[in-house]
Amino acid sequence: MSVLVWVEHEAGAVKDATLSTVTAASQLGDVHLLVAGAGVGSVAEAAAKIAGVAKVVVLDDAAFEHALPENVAPAIVAMMADHDAFVAPATSNGKNIAPRVAALLDVMQISDILSVEGPDTFTRPIYAGNAIATVQSADSKKVITVRGTAFEKAAREGGSGVIEAATGSDAGLSSFVGAEIAKSERPELTSAKIIVSGGRALASAEQFHEVIDPLADKLGAGVGASRAAVDAGYAPNDYQVGQTGKIVAPEVYVAVGISGAIQHLAGMKDSKTIIAINKDEDAPIFQVADIGLVGDLFKIVPELTGKL
Amino acid sequence: MKVLVPVKRVIDYNVKPRVKMDGTGVDLANVKMSMNPFDEIAVEEAIRLREKGAATEIVAVSVGPQKAQETLRTALAMGADRAILVMTDDEVEPLAVAKILKAIADEEAPGLVILGKQAIDDDSNQTGQMLAALLGWGQGTFASKVEVTGDAVAVTREVDGGLETVSLKLPAIVTTDLRLNEPRYASLPNIMKAKSKPLLQKTPADYGVETTPRLKTLKVVEPAKRSAGIKVAGVDELVAKLKALGVAA
Ligand SMILES: Cc1cc2nc3c(=O)[nH]c(=O)nc-3n(C[C@H](O)[C@H](O)[C@H](O)COP(=O)(O)OP(=O)(O)OC[C@H]3O[C@@H](n4cnc5c(N)ncnc54)[C@H](O)[C@@H]3O)c2cc1C
Ligand SMILES: Nc1ncnc2c1ncn2[C@@H]1O[C@H](COP(=O)(O)O)[C@@H](O)[C@H]1O
Repeated sequence: MSVLVWVEHEAGAVKDATLSTVTAASQLGDVHLLVAGAGVGSVAEAAAKIAGVAKVVVLDDAAFEHALPENVAPAIVAMMADHDAFVAPATSNGKNIAPRVAALLDVMQISDILSVEGPDTFTRPIYAGNAIATVQSADSKKVITVRGTAFEKAAREGGSGVIEAATGSDAGLSSFVGAEIAKSERPELTSAKIIVSGGRALASAEQFHEVIDPLADKLGAGVGASRAAVDAGYAPNDYQVGQTGKIVAPEVYVAVGISGAIQHLAGMKDSKTIIAINKDEDAPIFQVADIGLVGDLFKIVPELTGKL
Repeated sequence: MKVLVPVKRVIDYNVKPRVKMDGTGVDLANVKMSMNPFDEIAVEEAIRLREKGAATEIVAVSVGPQKAQETLRTALAMGADRAILVMTDDEVEPLAVAKILKAIADEEAPGLVILGKQAIDDDSNQTGQMLAALLGWGQGTFASKVEVTGDAVAVTREVDGGLETVSLKLPAIVTTDLRLNEPRYASLPNIMKAKSKPLLQKTPADYGVETTPRLKTLKVVEPAKRSAGIKVAGVDELVAKLKALGVAA
């Protein structure tokens, strides 16, 4: 069986989400990577070195620069003539593109898999992770997205895949207008080892920065937020952790002034150690926290930052 | 321009889902059901487009059991003009829902179809993208802003690193993210009025769509439980714990 894997990349580098997806794909068959973009020669070279990769297919054209699904999906469908599965990380690109590919192939996609149980059998979370379903696909070709936190990362070195060029075209349905991508010196949420997240209790964008940022700096942590904090404008949308935000599983997750709604837990309950700081001793977050501290975060967090 | 809004009846987001003892699924007997929250946002967006003069008619569609009528009545009470219920007691997967919606879109010729980005029961996040593929239209997924100008729509999307804007030729597909708008509550007079708005009943067979699932659910289990840990008395103890974890020097 041969598997085509979507490579998530940015600024000329392969992103970590790709590496866990390669691990999932390698449990299904031979791994071929797809690098789509404009001027992505160096990405293709880096991708070819990932351990276990047999081949890298490159779609290098202005039409693919912004991963517009209208352009990318038909090109992938053409490649699926000689692949048995298309596997993408459950990133915003993966979630945008894979279902379009699946429908064009008349295949029911398996979203956000947690494990590969067999060539056609997978587990996946449903109901915000409150249940785990084992599903078996009857489709001859598989289209799958992968939850990155559920698979180890493949090594960036050790492979020697052959690089092959492919072509595609602009479908003329959509165009890229612009992006506001947050630039941060901090580790990216989905690959951070430590995350400090703030909730509604932070009460303003200024206080969010004044309280959360110094602690995150001390710990070398990524910064996350609850939906309530994002909706209120205390933190940007790409900070949101949860069922409908980012799924994270760091070594340590520090929840500050977050109540622990099921939609938030869905995004972080697989963290190795959860630390909660909340003034309400009955807050649901304490039911999943390994270490809890009851009290006023505006006192506790600055004191903690000072003592580290 | 007509706007089509697919709405799904799902477990209410405030209810904690319980896995059935026999491992066949989640127990929905006597559980509060509501409109999928993202679909409320979709209905709201359609109404705002009509208020701005960009849309003329809003058609809500649901694929599901007879009770999904209630979900459609909610959409009508919010402000949709008419509704279509595609009745089936089977569980219908996103691919089949997309095929039914494609048949409806072929008949109704909407300028926009606005869906939720994900249903909070199956968490698939597929139907809108699939519908876009089947119709051959552009897709603006995870929208936090939608602007219709002439024969195009600009969609600002919530992506991993921040925000991105794409421009799509109409007709097009939009899927909603949480921050697109805040859905209105239906007023009592509007709830009363909604009772007399047209609601058409159909079946998947009327659209020639076969709904046999492609994915067989072998079992459904509860996730590994986390148990509550310890509470520390103060910051010094927390610092000690962080040191023990190797997180702090
Ligand atoms: C469809 C849908 C999807 C959703 N998706 C997500 C998602 O992806 N991620 C997400 O996070 N939410 C999501 N939500 C929202 C979720 O239901 C909750 O509303 C949200 O997580 C609450 O955020 P919060 O914990 O910051 O706020 P609150 O629930 O208001 O909690 C604030 C907490 O701060 C504590 N507190 C207040 N002051 C202090 C103080 N001075 N010191 C210490 N503690 C203090 C309080 O005791 C309280 O526990 C979703 C909701 C819906 C309907
Ligand atoms: N049975 C259904 N009836 C109507 N709309 C649906 C149905 N299933 C999915 N949808 C629409 O598709 C969106 C995404 O659902 P999903 O792909 O299942 O996560 C939902 O928010 C709805 O707008």
